[in-house]
Amino acid sequence: MTDDLLLALPLLLPLAAAVTVMLTRGLPRLHGPLNVACMAALAAVGAALLARVHDGAVLVTFLGGWRAPFGIPLVADALSVTMVLVTALVAGCVCLYALVDVPPRQALVYHAVTPVLVASANGAFLTGDLFNLYVWFEVMLMSSFVLMALGGEAPQVRGTVKYMATNLVSSTLFLAGVGLLYGLTGTLNMAELAARVPALGQPALVSVVAVLFVVAFGTKAAVFPLFSWLPASYPTPPVATTALFAGLLTKVAVYALLRTFTLIFVHDVGFTHGALLWIAGLTMVTGVLGAVAQDEVRRLLSFHIVSQIGYMVMGLALLSPLALLGAIFFTIHNILAKTNLFLIGGVMARLGGSFELKRLGGFYRAQPLLAGLFLVPALALAGVPPLSGFWGKLLLARAGLEAAEYAIVAASLAVGLLTLYSMMKIWSQAVLPAAADPARPPAGPVPRAQLAAIGVLAASTLALSALAWPVCVVLGRAAEGLLAPTAYIEAVLRA
Amino acid sequence: MTPPVSIVLHTTTRFVVPIMLLFSLFLLLRGHNAPGGGFGGALVAVAAYALYAIGSGWRQAHVALRRSPETIGAAGLAIMLVSAALALLAGRPAFAALRQDARVPGLADLDLATPALFDVGVYLAVFGSMITVVLALIHRARVMTE
Repeated sequence: MTDDLLLALPLLLPLAAAVTVMLTRGLPRLHGPLNVACMAALAAVGAALLARVHDGAVLVTFLGGWRAPFGIPLVADALSVTMVLVTALVAGCVCLYALVDVPPRQALVYHAVTPVLVASANGAFLTGDLFNLYVWFEVMLMSSFVLMALGGEAPQVRGTVKYMATNLVSSTLFLAGVGLLYGLTGTLNMAELAARVPALGQPALVSVVAVLFVVAFGTKAAVFPLFSWLPASYPTPPVATTALFAGLLTKVAVYALLRTFTLIFVHDVGFTHGALLWIAGLTMVTGVLGAVAQDEVRRLLSFHIVSQIGYMVMGLALLSPLALLGAIFFTIHNILAKTNLFLIGGVMARLGGSFELKRLGGFYRAQPLLAGLFLVPALALAGVPPLSGFWGKLLLARAGLEAAEYAIVAASLAVGLLTLYSMMKIWSQAVLPAAADPARPPAGPVPRAQLAAIGVLAASTLALSALAWPVCVVLGRAAEGLLAPTAYIEAVLRA
Repeated sequence: MTPPVSIVLHTTTRFVVPIMLLFSLFLLLRGHNAPGGGFGGALVAVAAYALYAIGSGWRQAHVALRRSPETIGAAGLAIMLVSAALALLAGRPAFAALRQDARVPGLADLDLATPALFDVGVYLAVFGSMITVVLALIHRARVMTE
């Protein structure tokens, strides 16, 4: 297959699925399986792309056939392709889970908008143009607004309003930053920006733009002190929606930070990445403190999203090959584990009739297999060896020690302990003890599709743990490519 | 059938709406290399449709549309994807412009191009989504006045 086709498919496949759902409104039973099949095909495309770029190669195609610097490139390197692949995997599992979870009245919109969300995430991962990145972020916001408000219950609408307001403000700042950067350099092609920004000789102005980008992407990634929208809005929509958001949305912003703050904004690392290190530490600590205080499964897990974003930003802030490797590894681990925890939380709540820890219980007795599967992502998230979270934290701690940033290493280890504490809180309150309300009639068996979705994600976490070494070899090349982006720049400008 | 809101408006729309629709098609067809295009063309068509709906009542307007606005919009999106895929099938990057001269004997020489096809997709997508908004607003206004 040609590069042109391979690079366009991660966008065209999910969009085609969305259009097919809209055009076949009379056949609602097809929609769920269609989306699962689409995500499976997307995973195959991701694997084919990874086979091409795992050795550090960079693939480029120009939409519309216009070359750089006029055309809009789609660029695939090891980092973006890994993200596309992981996105297809978690989106596939969420679609599988949603086969039996979406109320019929909301099913059409859910199945039509979810692939659009996936397409926009893929677009953000693959684009090589800053304005195009903005456009994909907007598409992602639009589709997430719809998914979040779908159903229209009062708490959902309240959550959506908060989510929408903060994200619109951050988009405006992003757009302002893009405009300033265009005014300074006359281009928005990311590879060309990487070549032009250092030659500009105006580090102070570029730092101002960099701060705009930190605030814009930081809000979308939910870093300290801009995260309050996330725990306010994520727990409100149905679980199938929250799980996809939890796995995907904040990580697209983390990807955008990783890309722009290695490729474009490296003019004054002491200032920008020094600030990012503070942000990382405070995000970890405040996030986990928030989580420890929660007694509702979805709110607890939402605060953990915030806390874990801190680790990814920490890797970016340290800016060494090992640290970036740690950040990418941790991101992948987190997407898999976090989505799975939300899916299991959904099953728990359906069986127990509540999301409140106090009112749950008896999960182990009712579903021993699922209780076991809960332990995989929960312990991985807490960083218990030999699971994937341990390797991610090990890489990051090692990188922190090498950079002599002992405070952040100490913070990250302490946060790991508190994460373990709050996971055990779920375990000891909702899973192990007898049911809080013995009079409640037992719910039916867990649908096979949901069991399969949770099983596939748990197996992915186990595979990532067992194959940590080969994965790190590939991601290590991705990290080197980020730090020394000559291959990326050459591929785009000389294509 | 409900009586028209105003006989003057009702009569005028019968003359104005066809002209607006023709103008909208004119904008669409010249759009791929002159000012105009699918987006602007569709907005003119939506204006014509809104005028018709106000003049003749929204029930009548609903019937005149024949397909649901959602279907029209989705068909537009499908056409856009097809125009992207055509370039891929020809071995070019997605959305690259393909041109083909076609001669219709005795009628015209046509210069067919995928950007024009893409514009048709934009036209239908914008038309479908804007009509959804217009119908919702008219419906809301009716409910509130009754």
